[in-house]
Amino acid sequence: MTSAVVFKGVSRHFGSVRAVDEVDISVAEGEFFAMLGPSGSGKTTCLRLIAGFEQPTAGEISIFGQPAQGVPPYKRHVNTVFQDYALFPHLNVLDNVAYGLMISGTSKGERHRAAEEALELVALPGYGSRKPSELSGGQRQRVALARALVNQPKVLLLDEPLGALDLKLREQMQEELKALQRKLGITFVFVTHDQGEALSMADRVAVFNEGKIVQVGKPEDIYYRPEVPFVADFVGSSNVIPPRITEKVTGTWTTAAVRPEAIMLGDKGLPAKVRATSFIGTSTRVSLDLDGSQMVALLPKGQTIPEIGEHTHVSWAEDDIHLMEMTDE
Amino acid sequence: MSDVILDTDRKGILTRISDTLWRNPRLTILLLLTPPALWLGVVYLGSLFALLVQSFFSIDEFSGLIIREFTLKTYAELFTPANFDIIVRTVLMASAVTIAAALVSFPIAYYAARYAKGKWKAIFYLGVMLPLWSSYLVKVYSWKLILAKEGILNWLFETLHLSWLLNAYLSLPIIGGNSLSVSWTGTFLVFLYVWLPFMILPIQAALERVPRSMMEASGDLGATPAQSFRHVLLPLALPGVIAGSIFTFSLTLGDYIIPQIVGSSRRFIGQAVYAYQGTAGNIPLAAAFAVVPIVIMGIYLWVAKRKGAFDAL
Repeated sequence: MTSAVVFKGVSRHFGSVRAVDEVDISVAEGEFFAMLGPSGSGKTTCLRLIAGFEQPTAGEISIFGQPAQGVPPYKRHVNTVFQDYALFPHLNVLDNVAYGLMISGTSKGERHRAAEEALELVALPGYGSRKPSELSGGQRQRVALARALVNQPKVLLLDEPLGALDLKLREQMQEELKALQRKLGITFVFVTHDQGEALSMADRVAVFNEGKIVQVGKPEDIYYRPEVPFVADFVGSSNVIPPRITEKVTGTWTTAAVRPEAIMLGDKGLPAKVRATSFIGTSTRVSLDLDGSQMVALLPKGQTIPEIGEHTHVSWAEDDIHLMEMTDE
Repeated sequence: MSDVILDTDRKGILTRISDTLWRNPRLTILLLLTPPALWLGVVYLGSLFALLVQSFFSIDEFSGLIIREFTLKTYAELFTPANFDIIVRTVLMASAVTIAAALVSFPIAYYAARYAKGKWKAIFYLGVMLPLWSSYLVKVYSWKLILAKEGILNWLFETLHLSWLLNAYLSLPIIGGNSLSVSWTGTFLVFLYVWLPFMILPIQAALERVPRSMMEASGDLGATPAQSFRHVLLPLALPGVIAGSIFTFSLTLGDYIIPQIVGSSRRFIGQAVYAYQGTAGNIPLAAAFAVVPIVIMGIYLWVAKRKGAFDAL
């Protein structure tokens, strides 16, 4: 199978800032690929490198096997859904969606029909005559999606497209986007800082930190088997356990990760003191102090919630602790 | 800790005024708007109306006295060949200045809006505004010297052995003349220079509001930079261009000093108004001439609106 997008040792430096630093990526055709990381980690710059808005300082990018070096955005069969949607305010919804086809010289009747179809695809039929300013955030997001899809791109790039939507709408759009990607079979490259979004939608996730990819893998691997403390901490806030405690439990001197929901409180295990508790809906979050190390446990409904200041013991099932590479810290 | 929660004891004349204004927002707006409304509404619009009324009077050709009776005779006079020439000449000049100003301003405004940051932005504003701080007359006379036969421009052409080029240009009918300083080209150049800031600033303000992602989105959808300019940037900048053109166009339509100092002896609307209300004492015709730019601007804005120039607002 051909790779849709390949990065080979790609760097993008802005002055002395290494926004993207020797990144290797290979996105398979038809894959839903998420780039996850905190702001400033280089994920958006990677997306812009694929779109052609940025040129790499070093390294090679190829799209469907063709080198993308020096190819301007308007010659790439790659379309983008922008974070701010970037809808043209002077055009109505139909002309916004039909823009790419208008540029390529498609006749008015034909491009309006195609745009109408694209609007149907994103569940906005009949909205063509409205101006973008008359739409809600969620509707604008759909129009941006329709506009990017109407050109039938080989790769669709999405730059935090759900960031501006409220929680309920975001969850709904996540499902729709995933369904749409399955239906169309287009390669999606999705940038987000929301780990839940990346994990629930993507086939594979690349976790970015400080311009580098720290781990690539299936969502389950990223979640349950983080390779470095950063991934453990950033993706769903695992407890990162320092070597001296790991050694007590497993006998190996290394850093490890334990998920908060895997932690049990009771009479056995390591002694700990309860620092704070907070009710967060489906469960209660308990902050613990283990001999100077901080740890968080999530207790499901129905469990006894300890008092603040109470002494307790912390334990977990043997396969819930995940050993990681040692870090320089 | 203080026991006072609602500090109703705070009194004093200023506090009381504040309280009253806070409770009556309508009163506040009324107080704020009355002075400018009086100034603009009564003094400015009032005199404009008085002018309009004057233009419907006529002058007795023998006594030179104004006959205060409604007539369209004065307006008819505007269409005599001599007067109509003045109007056409002025409108053509104003159009040429406006188009040239838009063409020159766009790249400068684009640079300032898109690329200039921090220090360079300050330099841009300073560079654009600085000419506005010096006297208008000084600038126009400086241009007269620059464009004169003994001026620096002529010297430059001579030094470059290009005098023949300048002479060939000056020998052209209408736009040529004895020297640049007495040609309409000279008038045009000075108008262009003097009104340029009024075009640059509105365009820059309009371009400033176009997010970078807008042009990227256009390119992303397959548009070449030229197509993006045509279909996205220009329509979005158009309200700014129109705003700027209102300035350059109406300022040129009404100016009477620049064509007096730099240019040929044939008159523009502003000079006609100046001459008729002064030495000639023909206030009605001066008023009728003064109405012309207002009507032209009205038509211009109406057409611009019809063509969708303000759709992006």
